[in-house]
Formats: sequence, C-alpha cells, structure tokens
Amino acid sequence: MGLRRLTLADGHDSAALVAHQFDDFEQQTQADTFGMWLFLATEVLFFGGLFCGYALYRNLYFEAFTAGSHLLKIKYGASYTVLLICSSLTMALGVRSAQLRRQTALTVYVVLTWIMGFAFVYVKLRYEWYGDYLEGLVPGLNFAPRGESLDMIHHFHATVPHVGLFFIFYFVMTGVHALHMVIGLGLLTTLLIFAKQGKVTKGNFLWVELVGLYWHFVDIVWIFLFPLLYLIGGRYV
Amino acid sequence: MSAVAVEVEAPTMPEVHYLNADYGWRSWLFTTDHKRIAWLYLFAITGFFAVGGLMATLMRLNLVEPTGALMEPASYNKLFTAHGLIMIFFFLAPSIPTVLGNFLIPIMIGARDVAFPKLNLLSWYIFMLAGSVFMFSVIRGGVDTGWTLYTPLSTTYANGNVLSAAVGIFISGFSSILTGLNFMVTIHKMRAPRMTWFRLPLFIWALYATSVIFVLAMPVIAITLALIALERIFHVGIFDPALGGDPILFQHLFWFFGHPEVYILILPSMGVVSELVAAGCRKRVFGYSFVAFSSVSIAAISFMVWGHHMFLTGQSVYAGFVFSALSFAVAIPSAIKVFNWTATMHKASVSYDTPMLYAIGFIGLFTIGGLTGLFLASLGTDVHLHDTYFVVAHFHYVMVGGAIMGYLGGMHLWWPKMTGKLYPEAWARFACLLVFAGFNLTFGPQFILGYLGMPRRYAVYPAEFQVLNVMSSAGASILALGYLIPLIYFTWSAFKGPVAGPNPWGAKGLEWTIPSPPPTNNFDETPVVEEAYAYGPEEAHVG
Repeated sequence: MGLRRLTLADGHDSAALVAHQFDDFEQQTQADTFGMWLFLATEVLFFGGLFCGYALYRNLYFEAFTAGSHLLKIKYGASYTVLLICSSLTMALGVRSAQLRRQTALTVYVVLTWIMGFAFVYVKLRYEWYGDYLEGLVPGLNFAPRGESLDMIHHFHATVPHVGLFFIFYFVMTGVHALHMVIGLGLLTTLLIFAKQGKVTKGNFLWVELVGLYWHFVDIVWIFLFPLLYLIGGRYV
Repeated sequence: MSAVAVEVEAPTMPEVHYLNADYGWRSWLFTTDHKRIAWLYLFAITGFFAVGGLMATLMRLNLVEPTGALMEPASYNKLFTAHGLIMIFFFLAPSIPTVLGNFLIPIMIGARDVAFPKLNLLSWYIFMLAGSVFMFSVIRGGVDTGWTLYTPLSTTYANGNVLSAAVGIFISGFSSILTGLNFMVTIHKMRAPRMTWFRLPLFIWALYATSVIFVLAMPVIAITLALIALERIFHVGIFDPALGGDPILFQHLFWFFGHPEVYILILPSMGVVSELVAAGCRKRVFGYSFVAFSSVSIAAISFMVWGHHMFLTGQSVYAGFVFSALSFAVAIPSAIKVFNWTATMHKASVSYDTPMLYAIGFIGLFTIGGLTGLFLASLGTDVHLHDTYFVVAHFHYVMVGGAIMGYLGGMHLWWPKMTGKLYPEAWARFACLLVFAGFNLTFGPQFILGYLGMPRRYAVYPAEFQVLNVMSSAGASILALGYLIPLIYFTWSAFKGPVAGPNPWGAKGLEWTIPSPPPTNNFDETPVVEEAYAYGPEEAHVG
C-alpha cells in the first residue's frame, strides 16, 4: 500500500477534533506543525549559545580541548549514535503507522523508540558519567585528573584548569541534550497512552508527527555533539 | 470627545460581551480568551511598572544631593539593578505585546482567538512565576550587578541573590518565547479570508517582527543565564579568568540577546504609533509597505549590532568598524518610519485627541533618542560617552519617551474597545502634557550631565552637577504624576465612563467593525478583508 496520508475526512467526524479557534482541520494541522517548527528554531538558538562557547574555548585552548577529547571513550559515543539513529528510524516508522492507522504497529514502534531512548540515558548516567566521576573528571564536583588522564593532559602540554573548561562544556552540552532525551521519553509515553486509548488511530495523529519532529531534532543535535566532543580525538577502547 | 461619536445615533453597548459573559474568579484565572488574558497581563505589568517606577523615584530622590540624600551606595546599586530588570523584563517587554497584542492580534486579523489559547494562558502563569521568583530575590536583599549581570561580578563577587534573580529572568524568557511563537503562528495561519500580508494593519507587522526576536533572542539569554547559574552553584570557571574562562564571552552572549531585546521594547510601540497616526489623520499610512518592511529589517539588523556595546572591552577595532557601520544602518528603517508618519500627517486634518498627542510625542522623542544613539554607535565619541548619563538619557528617550508613550497612546486608542467606555478626554490630554513635559525635564538634563562626564550607576556626584540633577529629579515627580492620572481616570471610566460605541474614532480596521466590548468569539461570521486602512476621501476631512 502506498504511503497515502489519510485525512480525517476518511470516515471520521473531523469537526469534533477541531478546536474552536480554527476554521477547519487543515488550518489546525498547519498551525500546530508550524508551531512545532518554530519551537525547534528556538532550540537551535538555545544550543547555539553552547556551541558558540565551545568553539571559542577550543580556539583559545586547543591543546586542552584536544587532551579533553582524548579522555572521552568513543565506544560510548558510538553506541549512542547507533541507538539514536535506530530510534529515529523506529520513530519515523511509528509516524507512518499512525498515518496508516495501524494501532499495533504504532505501539510496537513507539515502545522500541522508547527502549532505545531509555538505553541512551541509562548507559550515559550509569556507565559513562559515573565512570567519569570515578576518574575525577567532573568539574564542580571532583575535577582532579590523575593517572592515565593526567599523563594524557601532559602529553598534549595542556593545563588542568583548561581541560576542566572542556569538561564543563562536555557535561553541559551532553547534559542539556540528555535532559531533552528525558523530556522526549515523557512525550513518547503520552503517545503510548493515546495509542492505547485508540485516540491516534481513530482521531488525530498529528501529535505523533509533532513528537516525531522533536525526537529527530534531539537526535540531530547528537549528530553534531558526537564528532565535536568524541570523534575529534577520543579513546578507542 | 471626537465629533464623530456625537454625529451618529447614541452609542450602544452589547448586552453580553467578553467581560460579562462569565463570572467568578475561575472564569478569569482559567480563561483561554485572548481578551481576558490581555487583562490578566495588564494587571500584572501595571503592578511591576509601579514597583519599578517607585524604585526610579527613590533613585531620583537620592540624587537630589551630591552626597546622596537617602541611602548608602550599596542600596543604590541594588535599586538601579532591580529598576532596570523589572522595567525591561517585567514591564516593557511584555507591555504592548501581551496586553494590546493579545487583545488585538486575533481581532485585527479576523480570527476568533490566537492559534494556541491554552499556551497563551500558560505564558501568563509562567510570567507570574518568573515575576514571583524575581521579586523574591529583590525582597531577600536584591542584586547589585546592574541589569547587565556582567561577569565575573555576577558570578564570583556579588551576593547569593544573583541566582534567584537569574532564575526569575530565565523563566520569564520562556513566557516570552511562547508568546512570540503563539503570535507568529497566529499571524501566519489564522488570517481571515483575503487578509493578505499587505492588508495587515502595521501593528501586526510590528508585532510579527517583535515575535521573531522573542523566538530567536530569548533562548540565547536563557542558556547564558543557565551558565551563570552553573558557575555560581558549582564554582566552575566558564566566565572566570582565573580558571581560563572568558568574561567577554558573557558580554557577547548577553548583548547578542540584549540588543535585539531593546528592539523588542520599541518595535511594538512603533506599530502602535502607525495605528495612532492612521486613526488620528483618518488616512492610510503613507508608504505602507516601506513601514511594514522597516519593522522586519529592524528585527533583522538587530541581531548584527551587538558589538557596539563592547567598543571599550578590547574588542578588535576591525570588528568595531563593522559593528559601528551596522549600527548606523538601523537609522535607515527607523528614519523611514518617522518620515512616513510625518508624511501621513502632511495635509491631513489631524485630530488632536489624546492618542494622536501621544503619537506626536513619540515621533519627537523617539527621533531624539534615535539620533543620540548615533553618537554612541560612533567609535570615537563612544569613548567619551560610554557609561555616562548620556547613555542613560539616550535609552530612556527610546524606552520611556518612545516605548511607554506608544503604550499609553495605544491604551487610550483601544481603551474604548477593551471596556466599551470612554475616558475623560480633557484629563487625558492634561496627563499627556504632564508626561511629555515631565519626561523631557527628567532626561533632557541627563544628556548634558553625561556629556560633562557624570558616570552612570553612581549614588554620589561632584557638587557642580547638582543643578542639573535637581532639574532631573523635579521632572521625575511631574512624570510620576503624569502616569498616576491615567491610572485613576482609566479605573473611573471602566465603571462610570460614558458608553463608547463600536467606533468612537471613526477609524478603519476590523477591530472597529465589532461591538465594544467585543463578544467572546470576536466575530459572528468570519470577515472578509479587501483593504487595509480603507479611508475614503470623505473621511480625510471629517473632524
């Protein structure tokens, strides 16, 4: 079956789904979608401030930022990337299922997306950040690199406080991203509830598309974070 | 009152309208009607304006004597910081957009409500939460960093209330973002049939440009304040030079938001003045499309001029050249507006009702405020004038002489629409005169003080500056009276004022085609629009 986007006229009472301020369903759909895109534009600016600061300090303290990247473990960054790209696929398939009004498929894809998103957050907190904490790499809590980490910093002729700056940006940027992931998990949960109630397949599937937009946006932010923080010189172990 | 209202049959008020359609506090605090939300904002920002104004009064009182008549310098520092932050984030930025904008945008474009009514109400609650958190920081002892919150003063040396103040402003940013987003979607998607972009009232164009800035600038201050909060909580060195951080990065991020922010404050007022001039001259605004695009170009240029706040921070002189030239470019769209307004008045039969008086006041004072900005955008003169009272006078001419004059003018033009009642015209003209005279007496001398070298943000000053400072303080008390009188007669007229009728000004525009006050749904049937400012030749000579 071709991917024909169903409209609400297809056997449903569209008037009941249109809020009072809108003339028709088409106007409501356009307004909601445009609102979501605008919200994502604000998010670009929100992350933009951080990318700006990162770029500035990377220029100022090149050695320290190189050393900092070498202290991150690529295995984590790479597995997050795989998880997020796969979750974007399942999210897109979920949107398609909603459009085709396939309730079971929608539920399955949203659950898969949720699991991969949760795995991302869990591995990040439980293994990566906790590991960083044990190595003494968390500015503001216990930033005191030692052993191999300290050797790495010396290897690049960097100074410890400047490597600290790298780690501030690493934690803030990935932290704000992880916060968006957690919000995304909440949004996916609302989707599951709506899908279970049949609201999506009998009524308005726009909410699925909007959550999908949000989810893809958060994934794309990671696509920028991964090379900037890890690939630029991480540990391949 | 305007002669037009007298000529037609006695004005009437509808039996049921948005104000009395529903009763009880729930019907207000849980309303999603854009017109009622406008009232919620009106009460809130009037309160903030009173608090911010009281702080300004105390500052002017203190400056009556060279040694400081009232308070310690430390208290003075906290006062001007709170005055600036309250006026900018909790009065000026929301004033026209959230009160007049909320009330008028859906009506002017022929819609029943904004695109997201619940989000609109949520914005108000976020705003009130932000205001409460901020006032909490003020009551706990306040912040003494100046509204700019420069690092490392705000991160390392200032007292702990910086955190709660920053959190308050951070939250208010989200209220603004949601309002801007709501307005943009509304203007894009909710216009009535045949209401094309070039049939929109110029007020809508101005608020559209403002919303673009809300949406693009507010996230940047949000993340910047988040970094300040992190630095205070965890003592990390993002902006701390001792740890390799760069305080100038803060200034770049702050002014990347901060300069667009000042256009958030003036653009809505420019939109209001376009409406005031059209209504007062009963003419289509001259050069409609130029005025419309000048709003958009001010918004666009606003993001490229932030470096002119940093000429003296060791910024590269080549960057200074570029920022200076771009800042001069802002004069072009601003001048387009001023010249088109005056061209509209040319050969029109201008009615000198209060809204038009405010418009004329705006045009004069904004011109002074704008032209003195050129002194500050010049690399050479800025060295002399930077951080003096010249800067204070400059931005008050734009913010108070411009933005607040526009706000008051708009409140007078649309008060009959919001309440269905007329305000007392004679008192209103008198108050307008007081505002104009008091304003000039307050801030005019400050240009001279600044030129003579009196720095801003000082609680004391050399004795030879006393005469000018006393003039300024005297003007401030006249200005305060000028703001108090409208508060009294507006309150009176809401209850006892004569009935206004749907169109007391004989003005054009969708808002004047529906009853005053409007019904909850605004329009019984969706209007069809053929032309903006459809004043015929006969209207030009009425009045």
